Amino acid sequence: MLNQKANRFLTLLFVMTPIIASAEVIHEEKSLYRNIEVKESGNRRCLVFAVKKGDRNQTCMDLRDPRKVVFPYARMTFAGLLANPNPESILVIGLGGGTIPTALSELYPNTTIDVVEIDRAVVAVAKKYFNYVDSGQSNVHVVDARVFIKRAGIRAIQYDLIILDAFTGDYIPEHLMTVEFVAETASLLSERGVLVANTFSTSALYDHESVTYNTVFPEFINFKMPNTGNRVIIASRNELPTPKIMHERAQQLEAQLSNYGVDMRIFLPFLKRDRDWHEDVRPLTDQFSPANLLRGS
Amino acid sequence: MQKMLSIKLLIVTLAFISGFIIMGVELLGGRILSPYFGSSIYVWGSIITVFMMSLSVGYLIGGKLSLYHANLSRYGLFFIFAAITLAPTILFGNDILDTVFVHFEDPRYGSLLASALIFFLPTAILGMISPYSVRLLIETAQHSGHVAGRLYFVSTLGSATGTLATSFYLVLYFEVNQILTTMLAVLLVAGSCAIMANKYVESESE
Repeated sequence: MLNQKANRFLTLLFVMTPIIASAEVIHEEKSLYRNIEVKESGNRRCLVFAVKKGDRNQTCMDLRDPRKVVFPYARMTFAGLLANPNPESILVIGLGGGTIPTALSELYPNTTIDVVEIDRAVVAVAKKYFNYVDSGQSNVHVVDARVFIKRAGIRAIQYDLIILDAFTGDYIPEHLMTVEFVAETASLLSERGVLVANTFSTSALYDHESVTYNTVFPEFINFKMPNTGNRVIIASRNELPTPKIMHERAQQLEAQLSNYGVDMRIFLPFLKRDRDWHEDVRPLTDQFSPANLLRGS
Repeated sequence: MQKMLSIKLLIVTLAFISGFIIMGVELLGGRILSPYFGSSIYVWGSIITVFMMSLSVGYLIGGKLSLYHANLSRYGLFFIFAAITLAPTILFGNDILDTVFVHFEDPRYGSLLASALIFFLPTAILGMISPYSVRLLIETAQHSGHVAGRLYFVSTLGSATGTLATSFYLVLYFEVNQILTTMLAVLLVAGSCAIMANKYVESESE
């Protein structure tokens, strides 16, 4: 049963690329940071950050079922709820099409959500094409994530859940992948706060990044699904829940999350805690952060 | 004759080094500022503005100073002073950034002020080196354009090399402050060489 579902997700992943290639472009603009396109084909509308090497889909929406979270990596992000199923304040770094903040604001109507997005054009596109609503419950701040987090630290603001989803895949903001940045982010976590970071699972960067997070968090959940190329780090200021508790929570959240196409029970076997990286590499710091060069090597 | 040639070679080498360090520091400037102000286009705008401003002021002052008893010893002092003014960047860079960050909410003017505080002095002093080098190299007015052209060639080539070396390789192996400290040491050595060369020239001419 589990395998069958996992297979369905994989098939979806492979099938997606050719569909999007023949898509119709319904919006195109050059923002301060990148080329943005919104493409549509059949029932699928995608936000694309166009680069020469090949388009990178940021967010896709199923037009028949807009709530459904289409991308596997975005679904993986929800695993953070297994570590804290009732966040009362949430910070999301990186808006994209707004899928994650929108889902979270529906799931937790009494929870305030701060969203940080560096690119004003992405905010406009998320609102116009992806049903993102700056509702008051969910507020988007157009600012560099590092600046926002440093200021929030000075003001002693705390969050129960922080989702870091700032890596578009083509260029890594190196100042968002250092020990200092992770420590500043960790300092915003409340007593039961959980940090979910969507990062890379390939190249030399994987080792460096793992060691970087490990420097701040002695233990974290290292969540990789087969064939996604993504890795989600789930870390907490306190002890992480036992597999048994996470299993219970996955069942409790099942009904609510099924509307979004997220089934956390299939995640459970992949929520690993062992260190499968080379621990002898240097952590990335503000002084030493060649993330983009490491990724190429 | 042989001696004149080696002095010229020294000056040209030092101009190359100053060009290398100016751009190396400028590139590291992005690294130094990004933890506080991000890496947006306006942060680079601030850094480039400050470097261009300080270089322009440096050219002006360097040119003016070359009018009075220009010699290798004073030339060497420029390098020493550049090294001394680079030290606060390494030692207090983060304190300066912390202070500016707390007082300026707007990251544009925050990054502009921070880069001015951290980079203005060393860059202006490094800027003084180019016109002063021209003065030391020139023998006749007729050749002044030729000499100036060659010097720009060498120092700008130094800048290109500094940019490439820093962004492609140095940041891959070293920490920002290790690179800056090395540059500081190179400036001290360069300055000392010029001062010693001056003593040598003077003792010969006696």
